[in-house]
Amino acid sequence: MLYWSSLEKIAGGQFCSLLKSSFFLFLPPADIISTVEFNHTGELLATGDKGGRVVIFQREPESKNEPYNQGEYNVYSTFQSHEPEFDYLKSLEIEEKINKIKWLPQQNAAHSLLSTNDKTIKLWKITERDKRPEGYNLKDEEGKLKDLSTVTSLQVPVLKPMDLMVEVTPRRIFANGHTYHVNSISVNSDCETYMSADDLRINLWHLAITDRSFNIVDIKPANMEDLTEVITASEFHPHHCNLFVYSSSKGSLRLCDMRASALCDKHSKLYEEPEDPSNRSFFSEIISSVSDVKFSHSGRYMLTRDYLTVKVWDLNMETKPVETYQVHDYLRSKLCSLYENDCIFDKFECAWNGSDSVIMTGAYNNFFRMFDRNTKRDVTLEASRESSKPRAILKPRRVCVGGKRRKDDISVDSLDFTKKILHTAWHPTENIIAIAATNNLYIFQDKVNSEMH
Amino acid sequence: MGEEEGLHQTQLLDTMFVRGLKRKCFDGEEDIEGTLAGIKAVPSYNLQRQSLLDMSLVKLQLCHMLVEPNLCRSVLIANTVRQIQEEMTQDGTWQMINAQNTGQASLDRLVSTDILCRSSGDQAEGKHVPAYGTFNKDFESDQAQDGSETMSTASSVQAPRNLQSNMWEEMENPQENKGNFQKSLDQIFETLENKSPNSVEDLFSEVDNSYYDLDTMLTGMMTNTKMGHCDSLETFSSPTNTASNSNCKSDLNDLDHIVEILVES
Repeated sequence: MLYWSSLEKIAGGQFCSLLKSSFFLFLPPADIISTVEFNHTGELLATGDKGGRVVIFQREPESKNEPYNQGEYNVYSTFQSHEPEFDYLKSLEIEEKINKIKWLPQQNAAHSLLSTNDKTIKLWKITERDKRPEGYNLKDEEGKLKDLSTVTSLQVPVLKPMDLMVEVTPRRIFANGHTYHVNSISVNSDCETYMSADDLRINLWHLAITDRSFNIVDIKPANMEDLTEVITASEFHPHHCNLFVYSSSKGSLRLCDMRASALCDKHSKLYEEPEDPSNRSFFSEIISSVSDVKFSHSGRYMLTRDYLTVKVWDLNMETKPVETYQVHDYLRSKLCSLYENDCIFDKFECAWNGSDSVIMTGAYNNFFRMFDRNTKRDVTLEASRESSKPRAILKPRRVCVGGKRRKDDISVDSLDFTKKILHTAWHPTENIIAIAATNNLYIFQDKVNSEMH
Repeated sequence: MGEEEGLHQTQLLDTMFVRGLKRKCFDGEEDIEGTLAGIKAVPSYNLQRQSLLDMSLVKLQLCHMLVEPNLCRSVLIANTVRQIQEEMTQDGTWQMINAQNTGQASLDRLVSTDILCRSSGDQAEGKHVPAYGTFNKDFESDQAQDGSETMSTASSVQAPRNLQSNMWEEMENPQENKGNFQKSLDQIFETLENKSPNSVEDLFSEVDNSYYDLDTMLTGMMTNTKMGHCDSLETFSSPTNTASNSNCKSDLNDLDHIVEILVES
């Protein structure tokens, strides 16, 4: 477990530099992590990778002896969720890369999650087995049939403890629902339905029914030549099962109410910030494309990520965001280069902490950023091996844009654009974060303030 | 292709576009003059914009589609192309190119029949006539020097522009430059390999509604985005050639399309 400092003031009003760490976790032979998600209690952390695998980590129970040495995450289960496929009609491969994982709220001893690649969503059930029956009458310990002549008395089989075995089984496969690439899935608060969104359509599924789904949003134009906008992300409201939001490549958000009509093409609210004319360029639209949208835990706000900023929107105000944070504004003058090498199309995710007071998002050079909404302080941290040795301290990093350069600053031109942190997740209640840096997973914890405040 | 050159151009592009930001309405005449004057140390806004347009068109070209391309990326690039085209239309620079379209119908016929009747004797040596000052020249000399690997990328960029220039020449001297035209088209076909035209209008048009929501004409997407330091960027770089997809039609209608689009662009 690695630690970072709390963003709150600590003795002297400065950001506390990082604290201790024990060890950090690597995924077995390297596949690029494509999604990270905590479950609703934070006990489990699921990662999906480009090879179609899902790895689930489980947090060890906390030790009462060392209250500050919180439980660490260890591998709980690994399974192959999706395999590569071939679409014979279009002569195209369907990647097995896991685009999203979403946990279902736990309703019994088993855990369930949805995982999706570009085309197919699967429901997986994860169960534990830690006992097995012993003492069969007709079978011996290895399962072979006994010689009946040796059986002289009857016994009742008893359950004996065994080594923990985690079993993962596919319970549902939701296939053939999407022509385009699925970019989001979101479980409804009713725990019965979920939605999946691709570039042009959003479908509503019932978790128990795989052979049909309802189309609730369709922005495909009659003439594909007129296509200028696609859906980039979508999510259900955390409390209101009839509300959901979807974002577009033009930078707008649409809040839809499923009670209004069966097909929610007409939005209930449209959230759009007018363009700043002084910043207008050929790249304005591209950098305004929203790559991720997340409701706050309270349900009052939405968080969006576009190429250069994260924005907090109040559901009640459609005209502009209530807060805007610059993630890496120093890239604004490099947009042409970033367009040329396709980095401008990178889709970064964003995350709220449990109390909605801090937001987090990734950047380049394995940097990730946190913004405290209350104090307006922000910090840049780096997920790297060097800074993550046991008991290592994560130093706040700084990108210098010319002018005075401090020691340890990194200049914009030295940034490594192949090291991008696209996927991050925050524990639902505690200050624990999971950072996916290409094919490495880092889990950090705030040592000083482990509880939310 | 000179990497240094590419880097230089990219850096210039960055600066130019920052500067160009505030110039919403610029004096079109001035810049056209500047362009025609040719050799300048700092490419004009027009050149920069043209190079962005070319870059975008290259990105949209269907190179080697093993996996279905990223629709969001395609749409964003196509919108950028539209934006540039709109601005160029407003500036009047677009008219300069469109003025050549009067003979378009005859050109199509020329091309079609030429392909059909083509014999080895018709292969004239490639005489590339520059359209814009130094810009095109750089590409030409680079193309001659490059190895086969980068040949396709360089020529895929260059071919449309050469075709433009050849188009203009065609209007003046149809007989002489028929060979050039043919050769440019051959280059295009080698690289595109019967893939889609890159007109914005045709990008998203559907071929067969029942199966193909996304026509193969949509989106020349590169399967692998190039990930590298910005410093080492090569202008108009694209992934190496791999086995191509064979799901595209290769009839003469596509050829007409390509000609039409390249003229327009």
